[in-house]
Amino acid sequence: MSEQECEENIEGFRRIIYGFPGEKRYIIAIMHELSRCYRYLPRAALELTAEYVGVPFSQVYSMATFYRAFSLQPRGRVNFKVCDGTTCHIKGSNILLDEIYKNLGIGPGETTADREFSLETVNCIGACAIAPALLVNERVYPRVNAAALKEIIKEYRGGGDNDHHE
Amino acid sequence: MTTMNKSLIHLLLVCCGTGCVANGAREVYQALKDNLTSDDKAVLAATTSARATGCHGLCAQGPFVRILPEDITYCRVKAADIPEIVEKTLKQGEVVKRLLFRDRQKKALVQGQNDIPFYRRQTRVALRNVGLIDPSSLQDYLERGGYRALEKSLLDMRPEQVIEEIIKSGLRGRGGGGFPAGLKWKACAATPAQPRYIICNGDEGDPGAFMDESIMEGDPHSVLEGMIIAAYAVGASTGFIYVRDEYAQSVASLQKAIEEAENHGFLGENILGSGLDFDIEIVRGGGAFVCGEETALIASIEGHVGEPWDKYVFPSEKGLWGQPTIINNVETWANIPVIMERGASWFTSLGTEGSKGTKVFSLVGKVANTGLVEVPMGTTLREIIFDIGGGVPQGRKFKAVQTGGPSGGCIPAELLDLKLDFDSLSQAGSMMGSGGLIVMDDRTCMVEVARYYLSFLAGESCGKCVPCREGIKCLLEILTRICHGQGEIEDLELMEDIAETMQQASLCALGRTASNPVLSTLRYFREEYLEHIEGQRCPAGICRELSEFWIDPAICTGCGLCLPRCPVEGIKGEKKQAHRIESDKCICCGECIDSCSFQAIKVK
Repeated sequence: MSEQECEENIEGFRRIIYGFPGEKRYIIAIMHELSRCYRYLPRAALELTAEYVGVPFSQVYSMATFYRAFSLQPRGRVNFKVCDGTTCHIKGSNILLDEIYKNLGIGPGETTADREFSLETVNCIGACAIAPALLVNERVYPRVNAAALKEIIKEYRGGGDNDHHE
Repeated sequence: MTTMNKSLIHLLLVCCGTGCVANGAREVYQALKDNLTSDDKAVLAATTSARATGCHGLCAQGPFVRILPEDITYCRVKAADIPEIVEKTLKQGEVVKRLLFRDRQKKALVQGQNDIPFYRRQTRVALRNVGLIDPSSLQDYLERGGYRALEKSLLDMRPEQVIEEIIKSGLRGRGGGGFPAGLKWKACAATPAQPRYIICNGDEGDPGAFMDESIMEGDPHSVLEGMIIAAYAVGASTGFIYVRDEYAQSVASLQKAIEEAENHGFLGENILGSGLDFDIEIVRGGGAFVCGEETALIASIEGHVGEPWDKYVFPSEKGLWGQPTIINNVETWANIPVIMERGASWFTSLGTEGSKGTKVFSLVGKVANTGLVEVPMGTTLREIIFDIGGGVPQGRKFKAVQTGGPSGGCIPAELLDLKLDFDSLSQAGSMMGSGGLIVMDDRTCMVEVARYYLSFLAGESCGKCVPCREGIKCLLEILTRICHGQGEIEDLELMEDIAETMQQASLCALGRTASNPVLSTLRYFREEYLEHIEGQRCPAGICRELSEFWIDPAICTGCGLCLPRCPVEGIKGEKKQAHRIESDKCICCGECIDSCSFQAIKVK
């Protein structure tokens, strides 16, 4: 689905939510799909979800805050996930976090003011043999050090400029 | 060895596991496809087949291209190497030497995969097909003997005979607890309620472990086959595979496998004419470590937050939606078809008294050959880390190996001859967990490692019970203080006190084992804690407030390698003359230590 198809309004929410059976056990699946489209969980979409599957809003809200995969704040166009699993940790994931802060001024859980970049840490992406690993949107970068990270940021900054011409 | 179609001369296996894909394996595979189908090589295209396979295991050397039947294994292949491989190896039968594996100990090039020391000592049971088959091809799985065990179980055996065989095999759950799988099945079958459910726990949460990912990605049918056999044994009609949110490739691979299995009558109604109806559904997790705990996982499938419940009654009696449920992890399921096909007595010939069969370990951290290793239970840590893993790189010293994830512990060098199985690991104060082995060298601070695990667990405790929620928080506060040089000697006893309460009073295994990282490091590395508290010094040079670096002028060659690595320009010195660190500038990040080939940079 392209980003244009994900209109952030009640019609867009309905299109996504009504695509699932109206049962409690599909709440996580619905939230995954909403996150994929909007890069966060809009409150109105969660309210609609609660109504649709027939549970109180508080239950959907508690799930949205419990599971790490979901965010109530919009994430950036480019989402950095620094792996902080054990292996990446002892191989220097903190250096990556420092470097991102130095270059973009954001810490874990934060998004740049222009909504271009956001940063999160993840517990382990299963790429331990090529640690430290960095996930940028869906792509895994192996054995990242401070110098490589600078290049990666530059690469995606370039992508940001191109966006205006699309 | 995998089978080959008769008209084929060459079969090329391209590793497309997560590690290799990150290093460009998809581009390698595409280049290979393009090269084979370009016009002037029509003959080649007809006689050569290329497969994108699951993880080959030795991730440190990927991406791999393995050529059969000769068994030529090329390492660190780039897309640009493909024309040469096609031209030289496929057309002229020559080996491209520069792409072969280099055995550093013997200083020789190695051609065949099975001649690489990393592979030679392994026994691949759960990983039997991973790396050999195209996971999206049911045909590949069938050629390797897939679904034969299902046929045997469904058509030649009664359900209770199947359960009996699994009990006899002594198979224990590979997800951490090590509970005998057959007993779970028996209890489930003995509970009268219907419907019954089968769950595959693919929520591989231990940081540092990725064996389940590799099986789901590289051999998804083996998991399905195990689950279908169980469905027959206990009379279940629906199965769920709960996959960790971070494993997108696993979801895709399993989804495809389920469709194929449905199309060929291995799933759905009246499977193989036996009268068994069984369907499998994938549930994607939301990213919560506690969901690896079976009752929390069940709550998550039902559409709740992943909070565990106290197991007065086991899920085998009252599980998903209150119904009898079998829940086993991915690696356990992958073992079932082999046990049914080759028999329990074959399986019990592998392993130790209390732990039968093999175990897959993910060997990572400060070790030369990082990757996935499958060995019989009872193999020693020394064999795995040094003979298979090639030891600690850069000439540094082995310090400890962490096993069992955040619930496990750190095992010191004195215990390297420990035979790895469920019981010996528990006795050593650690646990098997899902099989992560994280090797640590003298640049790893054990206090900081304990702090790391507690901070991990602080974020992952579900918060339902007090001992876990508050205990972890207190331990983390104390450890953080010690790392910052503000620890007191009484802290050590206090931590042991808190740990004991957590072990006895927590609701689920997460809380009961959460203090293991602290207890095991206190047990084996107490000196290092004392060094932090009384000596105000971090011997590994990791805790910044307690570290100071200097360059030994007798060792430094003045090569200048460390100069550009220093982020604060705090290293001074002329080329070919000993350098020095300006201590007022140094932020103790350790970049210079890790870049020095001569180990000239020391911790004061």
